[in-house]
Amino acid sequence: MSANVKVEEKLFQNRYRVDAGRPHIQIKDEELCASRCETQQCTVCCPAGCYTLEGNGRIVLITDGCLECGTCRIICNDHRNVAWEYPRGGYGVLFKFG
Amino acid sequence: MAEKFDAIVVGAGPSGNAAAYTMAKAGLKVLQLERGEYPGSKNVQGAILYSDALEKIIPDFRDDAPLERHIIEQRMWVLDDESYIGTHYRSDEFNKPPYNRYTIIRAQFDKWFSEKVQEAGAMLICETTVSDLLMDGKRVIGVQTDRLGGSIYADIVILADGVNSLLATKAGFHPELEPKNVALAVKEIHFMPQETVEARFNVNGDAGVVIEMAGKITKGMMGTGFLYTNKESLTIGVGCMLSDLKQQKISPYQLLEEMKAHPSIAPILEGGEMKEYTAHLIPEGGYKAIPELCGDGWMIVGDSGMFVNAMHREGSNLAMTTGCFAAETVIELAAEQKPFTAKNLARYREKLNESFVIKDLKKYKNMPDVFHANPQFFTTYPEMLNQAAHKMLRVDGIDKKTKEKQIMANFKQRRSLFGLMGDAYKLWRAFE
Repeated sequence: MSANVKVEEKLFQNRYRVDAGRPHIQIKDEELCASRCETQQCTVCCPAGCYTLEGNGRIVLITDGCLECGTCRIICNDHRNVAWEYPRGGYGVLFKFG
Repeated sequence: MAEKFDAIVVGAGPSGNAAAYTMAKAGLKVLQLERGEYPGSKNVQGAILYSDALEKIIPDFRDDAPLERHIIEQRMWVLDDESYIGTHYRSDEFNKPPYNRYTIIRAQFDKWFSEKVQEAGAMLICETTVSDLLMDGKRVIGVQTDRLGGSIYADIVILADGVNSLLATKAGFHPELEPKNVALAVKEIHFMPQETVEARFNVNGDAGVVIEMAGKITKGMMGTGFLYTNKESLTIGVGCMLSDLKQQKISPYQLLEEMKAHPSIAPILEGGEMKEYTAHLIPEGGYKAIPELCGDGWMIVGDSGMFVNAMHREGSNLAMTTGCFAAETVIELAAEQKPFTAKNLARYREKLNESFVIKDLKKYKNMPDVFHANPQFFTTYPEMLNQAAHKMLRVDGIDKKTKEKQIMANFKQRRSLFGLMGDAYKLWRAFE
């Protein structure tokens, strides 16, 4: 099968208007992800790879490449630890084709 | 005093556009709010447009709508790791106008539809996210946006805000979506010369082909893949239920990458230039997952109401139809000078019940449960079918009768006779 793919290369094709300093998704309690979430499945399921696992077991969320699908919020149904809003009007991903 | 409208429509996708268009045509004062830069810039679909639903709204849409190819052939593939077995149905009947369905590019199509909505007299404001519904007790009286600095009021608010349906969740109209009721699809669009598309699919003019796929590409997860022909591009995608993805260690984009590398798929994409990667949730919970659809001063249409027929890959047609029904309900009640109470708006639900929308969703109401409980439909069967075909078609000196026995033995070994019969029964019951 094909080698591991870098999602950044895919996202590079997309158009974004990033709302600098105002992420539309936030982890409510970072400690919870690190200590009480066993699967940390957001790091696998996010189709834009926005969630990464750091060496210290913490999850880092960078929303710049977010495709605004909602997956992270819905799969976090055991902890409900994702505060999810749409970006402000006009910001975020701007699909050319959709 | 803030401005007041007869109706506010949140969202400018197929359901919101259908609702806004229908109400504006009837002379109502309609405001439509869209968070994207333009209608379509936040919207993602495969995408197939079924003519029937749009024809009922804009009969002459073919004159100027941006359509890619009309579909004359549908392929269904069941894939193993190195092979597929499938059926192709192609008919020249589908190659005669008026065409039954088309591939479309949503960013272009939604923009076109929105122009029709505005021509009909609705007011559209883009780059505006609705942050909350304005309530008076249990009644919705308007919306709060992030842009206009204030509240906007209306007699009725139609929620066409898409699968995530944040506004209704926040307002407590329905609970948060469950992973078992939503699929995540990821998709890419690959551009190549028009002649290449036509040569690879044996079509010419504006004719096109769609391939729907199931099997090993989803790694045992409940899901499907697709490949659609546009004029000078192909869209390829794969989708799986979130409840299954939640158990996996493979990312959605890795899944897509491996699907693209399948020996039956890679040559089709060869040389294409990937120009966009998208992801989108599809509400596939079916009939049992449909939330409350209306209340005092509000109605839900399209994806936010779970209006997707996952078995038949239909969604945008249900979206448009539900948008129309909601709009017609508003128009009728306004004419009768009746208030938009939950009781009066129940007429929307009645219209849905009498239409293909609810009838079809009801027909397949057990399908999601059957597939969730029986993953063999996505693993064992694709393998068995492909192996059976391989055995029968390989010429190797073994007589066909012996081959049949070997195939049957393999089926029984993999799934047992009772298992096979049980599975057939489950499918028959679910399709009944």
